[in-house]
Amino acid sequence: MKTIQKIGLALFIIGLVGFSLLPFIGTYQLEKEIVIEQVKDIHAENMTEILSPMFGKEYGSNFAFIADFNTNFNAYNDQLKSEEDWDNVIWDNYVFPITKAAAQGPVSESPYFYLAITIGLAVLGALLYILPLHKGETDGIKNDGIYFSSMKSRGILGIITGTWLILFYIILYWFPEYLTNLVLMVDPLSMALSSNPASQWFLYGFIYTLAILVMGIRMFRKYKGNAYQTIRTVSVMFFQLAFAFLIPEILVLLNMPWHDFKNIWPLDYSFFYEYRIDGMVSSGALGMFMLVWGIILIVLGVPLFTYFYGKRWYCSWVCGCGGLAETLGDPYRQLSDKSLKAWKIERYMVHGVLVFAVVMTAVTIVNYFMEFGLLGQATDQLHSIYGFMIGSAFAGVIGTGFYPFMGNRVWCRFGCPLAAYLGIVQRFKSRFRITTNGGQCISCGNCSTYCEMGIDVRWYAQRGQNIVRASCVGCGVCSAVCPRGVLKLENGEEAGRLNELPIIIGNKSISLKS
Amino acid sequence: MNKSHKHIVIIGNGISGVTCARYIRKNDEGVSITIVSGETEHFFSRTALMYIYMGHMKYEHTKPYEDWFWEKNRLDLVKGWVEKVDFGNKKLNFQNGKTLDYDVLILATGSKPNKFGWPGQDSIGVQGLYSYQDLESMEKHTQNINRAVIVGGGLIGIEMAEMLKSRDIPVTFLVREKNFWDNILPFEESQMINRHIKEHHIDLRLETELHEIIPDESGRVKAISTKTGEVIVCQFVGLTAGVSPNVDFLKNNPVEENEPSLQIQRGILVNAYFETNIPDIYAIGDCAEFQEALASDRKNIEQVWYTGRMHGETLAHNLTHQKSVSYQPGIWFNSAKFLDIEYQTYGHVPPFWDEYIGSFYWEHQGGKACLRILYQKSDMAIVGVNAFGWRLRHEFFDKAITDGWKLEKVMVNLNKANFNPEFFEAFHRDVLKKYNQETGKQLKVGKTSFLKKLIGSRA
Ligand SMILES: Cc1cc2nc3c(=O)[nH]c(=O)nc-3n(C[C@H](O)[C@H](O)[C@H](O)COP(=O)(O)OP(=O)(O)OC[C@H]3O[C@@H](n4cnc5c(N)ncnc54)[C@H](O)[C@@H]3O)c2cc1C
Ligand code: SF4
Ligand code: SF4
Repeated sequence: MKTIQKIGLALFIIGLVGFSLLPFIGTYQLEKEIVIEQVKDIHAENMTEILSPMFGKEYGSNFAFIADFNTNFNAYNDQLKSEEDWDNVIWDNYVFPITKAAAQGPVSESPYFYLAITIGLAVLGALLYILPLHKGETDGIKNDGIYFSSMKSRGILGIITGTWLILFYIILYWFPEYLTNLVLMVDPLSMALSSNPASQWFLYGFIYTLAILVMGIRMFRKYKGNAYQTIRTVSVMFFQLAFAFLIPEILVLLNMPWHDFKNIWPLDYSFFYEYRIDGMVSSGALGMFMLVWGIILIVLGVPLFTYFYGKRWYCSWVCGCGGLAETLGDPYRQLSDKSLKAWKIERYMVHGVLVFAVVMTAVTIVNYFMEFGLLGQATDQLHSIYGFMIGSAFAGVIGTGFYPFMGNRVWCRFGCPLAAYLGIVQRFKSRFRITTNGGQCISCGNCSTYCEMGIDVRWYAQRGQNIVRASCVGCGVCSAVCPRGVLKLENGEEAGRLNELPIIIGNKSISLKS
Repeated sequence: MNKSHKHIVIIGNGISGVTCARYIRKNDEGVSITIVSGETEHFFSRTALMYIYMGHMKYEHTKPYEDWFWEKNRLDLVKGWVEKVDFGNKKLNFQNGKTLDYDVLILATGSKPNKFGWPGQDSIGVQGLYSYQDLESMEKHTQNINRAVIVGGGLIGIEMAEMLKSRDIPVTFLVREKNFWDNILPFEESQMINRHIKEHHIDLRLETELHEIIPDESGRVKAISTKTGEVIVCQFVGLTAGVSPNVDFLKNNPVEENEPSLQIQRGILVNAYFETNIPDIYAIGDCAEFQEALASDRKNIEQVWYTGRMHGETLAHNLTHQKSVSYQPGIWFNSAKFLDIEYQTYGHVPPFWDEYIGSFYWEHQGGKACLRILYQKSDMAIVGVNAFGWRLRHEFFDKAITDGWKLEKVMVNLNKANFNPEFFEAFHRDVLKKYNQETGKQLKVGKTSFLKKLIGSRA
């Protein structure tokens, strides 16, 4: 490792440690005005009363502050709940905004400084480490030592990384109040973009985008000389930065609903939720466009593009989850399970989630038109179960947190309902296939090992069969790592695409069917 | 298919033995099949040994079938070394004293690295690379070393050099020939690989022969000397001067008078049906030697992966069908990879050719891709193609060579032969330009419409 890379690594670690410790510095003090400012008018009176014991006290840590908040707040709510006085229970979650507003620490005073020494340092360090990678080396596969790396083959570093990610996601989704310092640090940025203060989701979107950009640059280094990988990576970097991060914030600036134009139902599972539909319908022409565009993507875009290009057009060129998997997750792609058993489980799970998403959405829509007469309760229940289990736990905690354990596409492979939908089209009506080059396969196993979707590519290649699999996201890495030039991702005539009983070229004595 | 209830035993769980076993099972539910090997319990891909050392894969990734596959297909596996075959009593004697009876025996015992009697060749840290055990030994003997020497410029030699480089071990590569692998490759191609080897900071010594391997007091290699007297200090020596059939344990001296003895030359002699001189004994894969070459461009011993597979397929067919077919390999093809440069060949491209053969050669300006097409001057029909740094479609050239396509027809259709990933530089235009320059012709590649390009359709 070059000195500059060592410095980079050190800076990255300092930035990461800073980021991890920052939430725990500073003091908190609550005042009546803060409460009034942060809660809805109808709750102002009650909340000031509930939280009055806290006013004027200085808390040394967010733990103490949040604990006190919860004690006071829960005491009030629990009382009402035990009396079954449901109408007066406060269902809104105020702990995040109030904690954020009560923070007195240095972060709110100098957010840029803290941004610089945490995320800034980490990005700088990562770039210093990444840019010199493979300098002076010839173009080619850079997989040396992957299985000796603690980080990339489930060693102690991998376990630490996975654990950190899992904890981060759990806190982000269910205990964001502990992250207020981090959110405060990006407040100015959010204000500049959308004139709105940052939420934990802004923070998340920001680091998510940075991760894709920085690790995208790593992809350029790692796969240099491979045009397919380079162009595809530019594409996911662009869609993340423009479509998932900037445009939605600009929409908010224009008083429009936050909207990601490339996100498609059922991955975007809340697309048909009442608040989303209402938001779009009430936002004029652009809002209508959002609605119509979203529906066009579902009914026309997906089948049409997938027919011509395979599901890769979305999964490894456009999608945000795919974008993260293909950049941040690339070092872990080899950890996916290739066994037949894993494939069976995958099919049950991913189609199960698709069914769940479809049923939930159908109920939502029916309910919408029935004006919540019949199924109001059921919709809410379904939404919260889906949001918790699939939207947060599966897509986030497992989806990303498990990168270092089960590879970078756990969510895409086992959980994503859109991937299931795209996959059905790809499997049964598409021009896309991975062509196997005659009899050239030497069964070495590089392709299967580096397939992030856990497809046993070699199984097909060694019998001269084209690879036509619902789950293939067309990342092209199997083709890149094949040392014998056996695999080519292609769009072509449908005839001959599924060669179920291939005959391997070369043996003229017999025509064997595999 | 009245061959059921027999016990077929296969020695060797490499590609040839395993393919044969699989197809026998496909065609015959009843027969019992045992695969014997001393090397590993399960079939793995020998061609991937290098990737284990380089950390691209683990051993388990090199197994083409999951471990449940064997039991499910009722292919019994026996791990052990066969010491001797008792052809008279149809019995295998294992090193550990056990025995195994067979009705039909298939010998698929592969190869072993050549050793040419160099002084010191049995020192510690001196080895070839063929088996899993060789890999383990290489792992053990290349820890904390300062230099390794590779002797012999073939495919395994360059793989070993690449393996050692991946661990930052300085490598000196002794090649007897004038240029790398120039007993197989034409001049320009081997020049290209020479350059590429040096670009990888491998100390390539052309026209250099090993004289002696020098061990220290403990018997471990400490240096080698070359025929010109140069001494190179090293702690590991890779011997990669080719392989030969692994048949020594089969060379039997009949104990009983009427016990047959297996005919072995360099390999086990077989006819085009893989029959040896002893009934019910067959040989396939690297260890088999055809009594007569099957075609003018085919060797008597075929030591590559896919021929082992085809031997296995064909023998399995014959063992499970009334009517036997002879082994008829089609157009020759092969592939390899020299560090970062992939190589594919179809048909017949020898290092030299006579005056009846013409050659068209194109090299990319970057010097890492080239194409050579040989053709018969009489009718311009192509006979073979070499491609470096450019993946070509097997199907295309199998057809073009079989059907005797003329050079020009190949030229204008090269875009269809391209097998490089999407968005890669389109070499075929450049090739055609060169062809037009050389011949003064105005050939054009068929135009692809914009729409076709947009949907990525193969021309
Ligand atoms: C490092 C390396 C790289 C290669 N790369 C390529 C390549 O890229 N392309 C290509 O086409 N070819 C390649 N080859 C050649 C190819 O691997 C062989 O041609 C092929 O594996 C031969 O298969 P086989 O079934 O004949 O024998 P093997 O695979 O050698 O199998 C023979 C088996 O029999 C067992 N056996 C032998 N004797 C006994 C005994 N007495 N008792 C018990 N078991 C016994 C051995 O242990 C072995 O497991 C490579 C070879 C090596 C070593
Ligand atoms: S990487 Fe290529 S040669 Fe190796 S198993 Fe896969 S298709 Fe075959
Ligand atoms: S089969 Fe190949 S292209 Fe498809 S997901 Fe796996 S590695 Fe990527």
